[in-house]
Amino acid sequence: MKTILEGSMAIAETVNACKPGVVSAYPITPQTHIVEELAKLKADGDADFEYVLAESECAAASIVQGATAMGVRSYSATSSQGLLLMTEVLYNIAGMRLPLVLTDANRAVSAPINIWNDQQDVMVIRDAGWIMLFGETVQEVCDLHILAYKVSEKVLIPAMVNLDGFVLTHVVEPVDIPGAKEVKAYLPDYNFKERLDVNNPLTLGAFATPEYYFEIRQELHEDLVNSKKIISQEMRNFKKVFKRSLNLVEYYGDKNADTVIVAMGSVLGTIKEAVDELRKQGKKVGVLKIVSFRPFPEEEIIKALSKAKNIAVIDKSISLGTEGILATELRRILKKNIVSFVLGLGGRDITKEMIKKVFVSVKKEKLIFLGR
Amino acid sequence: MKNYKAPLSHLLNPGHSACAGCGMIIAYRLVLDAAGKDVIVTNATGCSEVTTTQYPMTSFKIPWIHGLFENPSAIASGIVAALKYRKDEKTKVIAIGGDGATFDIGLGLISGMWERNDDVLYVCFDNEAYQNTGYQSSGATPLDANTSTTPPGKKSLGSKQGKKDMVAIALAHHIPYVATTTTGYPLDIVAKVKKALSIKGSKYLQIYTPCVPGWGIEPKDTMNVSQLAVQSGYYPIIAFENGQLTAKMKIKKIPVEDFLKNQKRFKHLFKGERFKEEGRGEIPRIQALADENISKYQLT
Repeated sequence: MKTILEGSMAIAETVNACKPGVVSAYPITPQTHIVEELAKLKADGDADFEYVLAESECAAASIVQGATAMGVRSYSATSSQGLLLMTEVLYNIAGMRLPLVLTDANRAVSAPINIWNDQQDVMVIRDAGWIMLFGETVQEVCDLHILAYKVSEKVLIPAMVNLDGFVLTHVVEPVDIPGAKEVKAYLPDYNFKERLDVNNPLTLGAFATPEYYFEIRQELHEDLVNSKKIISQEMRNFKKVFKRSLNLVEYYGDKNADTVIVAMGSVLGTIKEAVDELRKQGKKVGVLKIVSFRPFPEEEIIKALSKAKNIAVIDKSISLGTEGILATELRRILKKNIVSFVLGLGGRDITKEMIKKVFVSVKKEKLIFLGR
Repeated sequence: MKNYKAPLSHLLNPGHSACAGCGMIIAYRLVLDAAGKDVIVTNATGCSEVTTTQYPMTSFKIPWIHGLFENPSAIASGIVAALKYRKDEKTKVIAIGGDGATFDIGLGLISGMWERNDDVLYVCFDNEAYQNTGYQSSGATPLDANTSTTPPGKKSLGSKQGKKDMVAIALAHHIPYVATTTTGYPLDIVAKVKKALSIKGSKYLQIYTPCVPGWGIEPKDTMNVSQLAVQSGYYPIIAFENGQLTAKMKIKKIPVEDFLKNQKRFKHLFKGERFKEEGRGEIPRIQALADENISKYQLT
């Protein structure tokens, strides 16, 4: 049943339906409403989890790391500087193969300090070994959380669900939140074998000499690459249970488009509107949404863009000194004309007119900053 | 011989790579044996971790986790929350860190754990420097100690700062149990671990653990030198329950010089022009610190 909810409330309700045992977080704008709502669910007796108040994001991440190592499903959420303060722990969690779900309300990074949306924060942990998913709408973001738990616990790789701060955390939309029973039909109880247990004492987090470290890291890489199949499979299972589809990538627009935009997150809504209008004018355009950024669905992207001549990649982040980060990823797998467009840094509005400008500017330079 | 335990019957097994005479590893074994097998341990990065858990081996017969340098306290908090969620009241949790992890890099996270009064015994192995990385100064390094980042020279007598008062910091959090002990008194370690684990809430146990290479002592001197630290008043052995001083080790009040003189880290205090010119140079200042402890805790 659909209800009208703020994005953050919807995420909190969804997480609660996934029945975590431990939740820990530190408040940061624009993640706050998610963790406030979880605290309220706990206070009202509508949640079973232990809610641990952390004194920093480093602590919050470490607390859920400990709980996860116990074999208890856990959750945390953060944003921007908070994610950066968690970074050391996030690398550690992935390296230790602890399944965990974390929400990142994407926000700009200091300096200058700025609380508004872009996707620079999450790019800091791009190479940490996490599954990284991006949602376009509140519904998709909620659904990705349920999927993230399922996949993470199957492949023993932590998963991060990204949503654009304010744009999605604070928007009020009709959304269908499944109940705990419905979720359980898809997401069984967490049963982690390599956990801390006095009856079966294991050592977790041992140090590895050059003799062993290399293969352990290689294995994490290979398992992350191979997790794509599991994600794909679980997206199909998700549709069977919840009657809503999730995809690694989604194409929208003219099937024979010569110019295609590639982007992630809530900006897709604006792009789709621009595509509709341009198509009405007879332009052959389309857009490819990337939902799974890690693992990076190379084959799916190559297939979806096989007919496109020009590719415009929209990034709300930049590898300072080179170009938009998603653009570099596409350049790695495609030998086509690719232009990197950096838009929306620090919460700058991205308008339909700007998207139309992107479609016509795609032959000019390698990197274009489009501020207005 | 009736108290003899075969090496492999301990919860921390032989085969680790700690130095001969390491005060930390002796204390660690005592802590675990006193705690028993129904315990989960979180460990900071440092000697206690690298000497015991070189993949694919381990010295531990208890469930053990190492995350990072600064976070054994927060990982322990997560474990406590998980135990609470499971309604497990039997399993105890111990967090372990050296003085660098405790006094410095992990202090914020420890403060959070203590504020929540999480049911964790935090054990600090205090050897007064970052010994694992080559004897650099930490917040626990005492006045005038020679470390690799506080070397004595023409314009330096070693560490300029005194030791951070971690016991007072612990007490300021109003946690139910705060105590110190040392490798030199093994039965005191055992008694304090048992006492601490009988109390609900956050507990802090600071164990003075001589470092053979870092302090520049002989392996045979580990027990002796830590006893001298206590008997001079330099390192008071005390215990607080609910903020009240409830136990202290009475001392013989030997001169602090007897503790300092056989350690290379204090050797520079006993030589050179300054020592001759100023009588006993810095020694009276250090004696004054010990005297302060003696009167503060009435150790004699």
